Amino acid sequence: MTELNSPQTTAPPKMAAQGVNVFYGEKQAIRDVSLDVDMDNVTAFIGPSGCGKSTFLRTLNRMNDTVASARVEGLITLDGENIYDRSMDVVQLRARVGMVFQKPNPFPKSIYENVAYGPRIHGLASGKADMDQIVERSLKRAGLWEEVKDRLQDSGTALSGGQQQRLCIARAIAVDPEVILMDEPCSALDPIATAKIEELIHELRGRYAIVIVTHNMQQAARVSQRTAFFHLGTLVEYGETDQIFTAPRQERTKDYITGRYG
Amino acid sequence: MAKGHEHTIKAFDAEIKQLRALISQMGGLAEQAIADAMTALQRNDTELAKQVRAKDKAIDAIEAEVEKLAVRVIALRAPMADDLRDVVAALKIAGVVERIGDYAKNIAKRVPLIHASGKDRIDAVSVIPAMAQMASEMVHDVLDAFASRDAEAAIRVCERDSRLDDFYDSIFRTLVTYMVENPRTVSEVAHLLFVAKNIERIGDHATNVAEMVYFAATGSYLADRDTDSTGV
Repeated sequence: MTELNSPQTTAPPKMAAQGVNVFYGEKQAIRDVSLDVDMDNVTAFIGPSGCGKSTFLRTLNRMNDTVASARVEGLITLDGENIYDRSMDVVQLRARVGMVFQKPNPFPKSIYENVAYGPRIHGLASGKADMDQIVERSLKRAGLWEEVKDRLQDSGTALSGGQQQRLCIARAIAVDPEVILMDEPCSALDPIATAKIEELIHELRGRYAIVIVTHNMQQAARVSQRTAFFHLGTLVEYGETDQIFTAPRQERTKDYITGRYG
Repeated sequence: MAKGHEHTIKAFDAEIKQLRALISQMGGLAEQAIADAMTALQRNDTELAKQVRAKDKAIDAIEAEVEKLAVRVIALRAPMADDLRDVVAALKIAGVVERIGDYAKNIAKRVPLIHASGKDRIDAVSVIPAMAQMASEMVHDVLDAFASRDAEAAIRVCERDSRLDDFYDSIFRTLVTYMVENPRTVSEVAHLLFVAKNIERIGDHATNVAEMVYFAATGSYLADRDTDSTGV
């Protein structure tokens, strides 16, 4: 419907959505959204509450399957493969497309076990030494290793909020995903913990395709290279982040990001 | 806030409005300085010339105020999109208008050195106020364009710059001829040449402001114009 200024990329998209509609029962939450996510850039979804950004994020690893009334139409591909195809193993998909949630939700287990759990159920480690390595590497990539290496057997829930969130990111990384979806990963964190997560996102960029939903527009501006603005279930504008924040093309985008919405 | 709706946070609107008010106040003072400098030149009024130089401090003070307010808005409101472009434009325009004031001041400084009236009067002086008028109108119109976020009006100001340059070229030739014919006036006429050059620079600055206004209003850059037309 809307004329979009889709950012130009040379590489084929990591994930691509075409004409996606999402319904919760009778209510349509997403209308005809088409959007590509590429490997080298962090993509941010912004928009007011109820605009559909989280719903759309959840279609990317079929999280909406867990909602009985939810129905997804249209095509979403991961490396060209339809993720809603009957042959797609959803557990496998969610390992490839990991997710980090708003509220840090570590398992009530040790720090070590939080990270080791995924690799273990997916059979990614060939022994104790191998698993130790995966845990260390994941915690390092999540920027948490130095803080927890001497207390890996402590409970994950005993960590601070920011540390818990980085533990959740380590947990997502441990199964070696290709895409990481983050749904408001910093909204429960203080500014310093938030800055650490943002720095982490910056470091993870390129290794994983990253999509982040955020209410904090400054955060979208800081961490992403592509920004998509959603409003009332439609994708209003999708473009280079600096263009969206300095010279948005759509009036609705401008009103939202300048604080004139509503 | 000519375009769009109001901000949810009303103090933000008030601050942006104040920035615009300061710029237009500054512009008014700069225009006045140009006009007074011309009057002083024509009447050989050294007292008025002195006032022009003194009043320049007021322009400098507003520039400092714009800078303070703009930094404050950026720090506290984190402006985005057209708001951000507005604030940045205001900051830059304030700097340019301050320069325009300096040119007027410089003209005023030369007034005591040029005999524009009485029996030693230099005829060529009479065409300079018309040129200054033209430059001053450019300044006026471009600041109006900023106030109303009018990109088209900004383009029209840019287009006028070449006429001002032509005017300068013609005055240059006239003054050189005058010097050749009246060798004992050389030093005075040299000052007049600087006066004309200052006015020509004011026009260039108005054009720069026009480019900032265009960017603030549209978010895209006015295509690079032919900057070679400045002449000597």
